[in-house]
Amino acid sequence: VSTTVETTTAIRPFRVETPQEQIDELRRRIELVRWPSKELVDDRSQGVQLAALEALADYWRSEYDIGRIAERLNALPQFTTEIDGVDVHFIHVRSQHEDALPLIMTHGWPGSVIELLEVIGPLTDPTAHGGGTEDAFHLVLPSLPGYAFSSEPTEVGWDSGRIAKAWAVLMRRLGYDRYVAQGGDQGAGVTDAMARHAPEGLVAIHLNFLRNAIGSVAGLPAGSEQERAALTALDTFRTSGFGYFLEQSTRPQTIGYALLDSPIALAGWMLDHDTDSYYKISRAFVERRPAGGLTRDHVLDNITLYWLTGTGASAARLYWEGGRAAALAAGKAPPPVTIPVGFTTFPDEIFRAPRSWAEKIYPSLVYFNEAARGGHFAAWEEPQIFSEELRATFRSVR
Amino acid sequence: MSSTVETAVEIRPFNVEISQDQIDDLRGRITATRWTSKELDASQGIQLAMLKALADYWASDYDFNRIEERLNELPQFITEIDGVDIHFIHVRSQHEDALPLIITHGWPGSVIEMLEVIGPLTDPTAHGGDAADAFDVVIPSLPGYGFSAEPTEVGWDPAHTAEAWAELMDRLGYTRYVAQGGDQGAGVTDQMARQAPDGLLGVHFNFLDAAPRELLMAALNFRLAFSEEDRAQFGKFTGVFMRGYLTLMGEHPQTIGYSIVDSPIGMAAWMLDHDADSYQKISRAFLEGTPSGGLTRDHILDNMTLYWLTGTSTSAARLYWENSRAVTAAIKHAPPHVKLPVGFTVFPGEIFQAPRHWVKKAYHNLVYFNEAEKGGHFAAWEEPEIFSQELRAAFASVRNGTTS
Repeated sequence: VSTTVETTTAIRPFRVETPQEQIDELRRRIELVRWPSKELVDDRSQGVQLAALEALADYWRSEYDIGRIAERLNALPQFTTEIDGVDVHFIHVRSQHEDALPLIMTHGWPGSVIELLEVIGPLTDPTAHGGGTEDAFHLVLPSLPGYAFSSEPTEVGWDSGRIAKAWAVLMRRLGYDRYVAQGGDQGAGVTDAMARHAPEGLVAIHLNFLRNAIGSVAGLPAGSEQERAALTALDTFRTSGFGYFLEQSTRPQTIGYALLDSPIALAGWMLDHDTDSYYKISRAFVERRPAGGLTRDHVLDNITLYWLTGTGASAARLYWEGGRAAALAAGKAPPPVTIPVGFTTFPDEIFRAPRSWAEKIYPSLVYFNEAARGGHFAAWEEPQIFSEELRATFRSVR
Repeated sequence: MSSTVETAVEIRPFNVEISQDQIDDLRGRITATRWTSKELDASQGIQLAMLKALADYWASDYDFNRIEERLNELPQFITEIDGVDIHFIHVRSQHEDALPLIITHGWPGSVIEMLEVIGPLTDPTAHGGDAADAFDVVIPSLPGYGFSAEPTEVGWDPAHTAEAWAELMDRLGYTRYVAQGGDQGAGVTDQMARQAPDGLLGVHFNFLDAAPRELLMAALNFRLAFSEEDRAQFGKFTGVFMRGYLTLMGEHPQTIGYSIVDSPIGMAAWMLDHDADSYQKISRAFLEGTPSGGLTRDHILDNMTLYWLTGTSTSAARLYWENSRAVTAAIKHAPPHVKLPVGFTVFPGEIFQAPRHWVKKAYHNLVYFNEAEKGGHFAAWEEPEIFSQELRAAFASVRNGTTS
């Protein structure tokens, strides 16, 4: 029995390996793509534009170095450990500064740990990135269950609440008894759930997405100009870019077939997230003018990771779990968040959450700021600004 | 100048030709499918076992020449209307007094859905009817569907297509005709009835497309006496608007378009995930070999193969985008009421079973209403005999001029 216990709590080093045949197979499928006709409009209003996806496919097939993923990830200490039946993959970078604050950051969809790679330097080695030794973090970046190198759950129930519990187990297993957590997008859902569970050792959180407002804006103030603008932006999202959300929440398997079988389907699906990031990524490929870290290579690192790990469907299932969890929790108020919360609104986010909304949802808000630049994928696009926001937020709990 | 005009109204015979290369490419893609893991719950979408059974049959047993054979034994034509080449099947009855009828298919259908009603409708005496039940049948492919060309500009909403159908019937020399549709075909037929072009005598629906506006308005105003049954049907009806496929194709047809044009299995899953009843029936056809009526493995794959070979999945999806824009516009500017005689048949497996008083609310001049004993959303496809009998009954009074 004791060996079994040791095995299941073991933390095993992990390295990415990409066999050449997988690379060849991906290139072959990109070459054989059958394209639809061009959309009939001159903007994003019918979806991802043909010219953007053709430019992406060209670069992916002929210039992009598929070996990049293994190189970038294997330069970092990676591990897997089994939690609640799922092998969880994570990057774990300890700061050289002994008093560094442990921080677990959760990526979202259509992201992965790739989104967060450029903040590792600023967060773990602040003195090399404009900060002081007192700004240092020990960093834990897990891949969500069913994403990338974490294994796929084989049963339903892996909603953000269960993932939050697994993250608390992970931090304890790593020996951290005082830590903070951060997330945007789906990672904000997980981080919110962690704060509500309030496991021993979690002292504060930071969010860059007000996920609860996507579910309902009931009770949120709507009087000021900023509040009305946020409501309008949410309404635009719900009426013109909500299809992916609804499909993944209700039929992840149906869309999953194409995401596993066609790299272009996968790329198209992943680009169609929000208006701002779509146009930024589109410009990176069509006009070669990337916004910050949203470069062609970085975007393709992420898409290629989804492709090589074959996780398009299992990643989509997280939305289905979210829908199921919401239905099960209907009418029941979740436990309140009482630990300190920091929130940063990025100007190009789907909606600019006003301070009043963040305060309403998180009465224990201790930090609020509007960043100068950046959108939904804030850590990816503006790693330096993002890192400074985390330093500022967590300063008070160190 | 005059020669241009003549060219544009020309009606050209059409034959389907499918190259072996296209078939080999499709079969190659099916066998090279990279499969996803099994769903964790049946509610997550098209089930892996079902789709694998379909893929097996498609790649190994299905005869790819079927489409060519089935379509080319029928008189097919192409004519350009308003810049789009429209493909249509045109079968005249041997009975001289036959009533011309234009039937519009829906999504994820095509003219394939309608092939089995051609016999009963055009040759009723061979199918349990009388010479007096005969129709001349026109079955067009919607713009962007099958062998019709793709629109190259926005604006081909159901109203635009309805105008094109009136032009088509006029061009065929029909001065007195009726129209029928379910699904998106109901949207087009509804618009025809509102536009009431010269010659259109009446319409029949097997889907209440008019529901969105009139029914919602009525429900909001509490003008409908909502019984328990009404509430159940209303729940099913509003459930449609929470469907991802509808929202996605209505918002971003191009995005899903990459999936359904590049991956035959991605396309098949997308087309199967329409409504629960037809999915279960088609699933049984592949897994248990027990098809429901005309929803056989071969018929289902005829339709999917047609979408694949014509590469029209994306252009087909765009109709939802057009429709969504049109519905939004109609909220501001209500379309004219339908005054023409309307027949309506409720099929028991349909997404919602529209109660008679809902249909009457939408179409005041309801001259025929019936609940069929069998069949679902793809009524003509699944139950061609029952469907044909419904059309005979619905249009009997129109044909005799006893209603108007």
